[in-house]
Amino acid sequence: MKNLIEVQNIKKNYGNKEAVKGISFNVEEDEILGLLGPNGSGKTTTIGMLLGLLKPTSGQIFINNLKLEENRIQILEMINFISPYIELPKKLTVKQNLYVYSKLYKVRNIKERIEYLSEKLRIGELLNSITGELSSGQKNRVSLAKALVNEPKVLLLDEPTASLDPEVGDFVRTFLEDYKKEKKISILLASHNMNEVTRLCKSVLMMKNGEIIDKGKPKDLITKHGRTNLEEVFLKLSRSKSEYN
Amino acid sequence: MSITRIYGLFLRHFYLITRSFPRILDLVYWPSIQITLWGFISNFFATHTTYYNNAVGVILTCAILYDFLFRTSIGFNMLFLEEIWSRNFTNLFIAPMRIGEILTSLVITALIRSLIGLVPAILLTSPLFGISILDLGIFLFFLFLSLYIFGITLGILVSSGLLRFGPSFENIAWSTMFLLAPFGCIYYPIETLPEIFQKIAYILPLVYIFEEARNILINQTVNIQNVYYAFMWNAFYFSLSIVLFYYSFNAAKNKGTLINMGE
Repeated sequence: MKNLIEVQNIKKNYGNKEAVKGISFNVEEDEILGLLGPNGSGKTTTIGMLLGLLKPTSGQIFINNLKLEENRIQILEMINFISPYIELPKKLTVKQNLYVYSKLYKVRNIKERIEYLSEKLRIGELLNSITGELSSGQKNRVSLAKALVNEPKVLLLDEPTASLDPEVGDFVRTFLEDYKKEKKISILLASHNMNEVTRLCKSVLMMKNGEIIDKGKPKDLITKHGRTNLEEVFLKLSRSKSEYN
Repeated sequence: MSITRIYGLFLRHFYLITRSFPRILDLVYWPSIQITLWGFISNFFATHTTYYNNAVGVILTCAILYDFLFRTSIGFNMLFLEEIWSRNFTNLFIAPMRIGEILTSLVITALIRSLIGLVPAILLTSPLFGISILDLGIFLFFLFLSLYIFGITLGILVSSGLLRFGPSFENIAWSTMFLLAPFGCIYYPIETLPEIFQKIAYILPLVYIFEEARNILINQTVNIQNVYYAFMWNAFYFSLSIVLFYYSFNAAKNKGTLINMGE
């Protein structure tokens, strides 16, 4: 399988503080890789570097074999991102937002693309609604539609189901599974929902204090650490080091 | 440069303006109030001072020109701040847009915003005060162009600050025009300023623009040198603002401002 994301020994320092301490990993085509870690472990910084919003202090990032530093625009055309911490313009209708972003990503056949996403994400009835007036579940699906408007090869998800009720959360997870299978895209998923990670991810990276402290398939990690689920593994790993430090 | 992406970002702000009547009203309301106010002050001075004798429209014309500058600059800042306030900033910067495309789109949108306010204000001056800014003739275009470039330049400089320092720079965004206004010699000749202030005024394009507007209206002559100096200083500050914007963008990428903007 081809690696769509290749991260080679990236570091990020803010002054004297080392936010990310030389991490490397790959994400294959048609793979969802989980990025786990407590708050402040370096997940958002890592995602920021993959999106070109942050410049690594050292190391290299390749997306679809293109070096990010030298091909920023080309790479941004094939990548997209969703996070509960960023929103679409609230005063615009859903359709206007999707149209604007289709233009920014130079999408051809905008009408068909919006229709396709509306059907898949069940937002057809929301197209003429004001984005700021939607519920969190509806906003989440609209943000997901925006994130897929350019048919990305690589999708970065930062807590994509945070603040969603179980029904909508399950809908989003099922959608992501199906979409990944259909389009063979790579997904990097940062989440604190361990059930979600166990369900969706082929393998996970555990980060703490800017380092990858463990990695592997969810089931293998559970076995390796002698726990019954990934949440217990997460708690063990995030607590253990600090006990020894 | 992609016209599609420039148009896309323009649409984002066009939709925002056209969807909100209060926003349109806000664009039209302040310039019209400003012009009406200065129209009456202008009338008063025209009949009570010798300097403005036979030149009723001087203050009013300068008020219109200054308002255009003010609206252009604030308009540009507003476009940038809108992205921060709506927490859309990250979405914009992860879209495959070149810095040049973002700036071009904002420059066009800022012009349209300014014109929405300016045109009704100009139309008001004729029936209310019997004055037409068109008396400035063909040079009116050059004066407006100069003001537009300087307004955009200030907008880019402030946006650079927002990129570099984040939303905390917002207060500076509102105050830049007020800080520069005294040095612009908008309503009075440069000789009115103390000598040290005159030195500062001479390195800004504003003084040349407003001196020339008064010169045309009062003396009915054109001093092409003023127009030339205004463009020369504009070229300098505009280039500086572009360099600073790129510098701030790179600094923001190092510092992490782009990812935390709006928080």
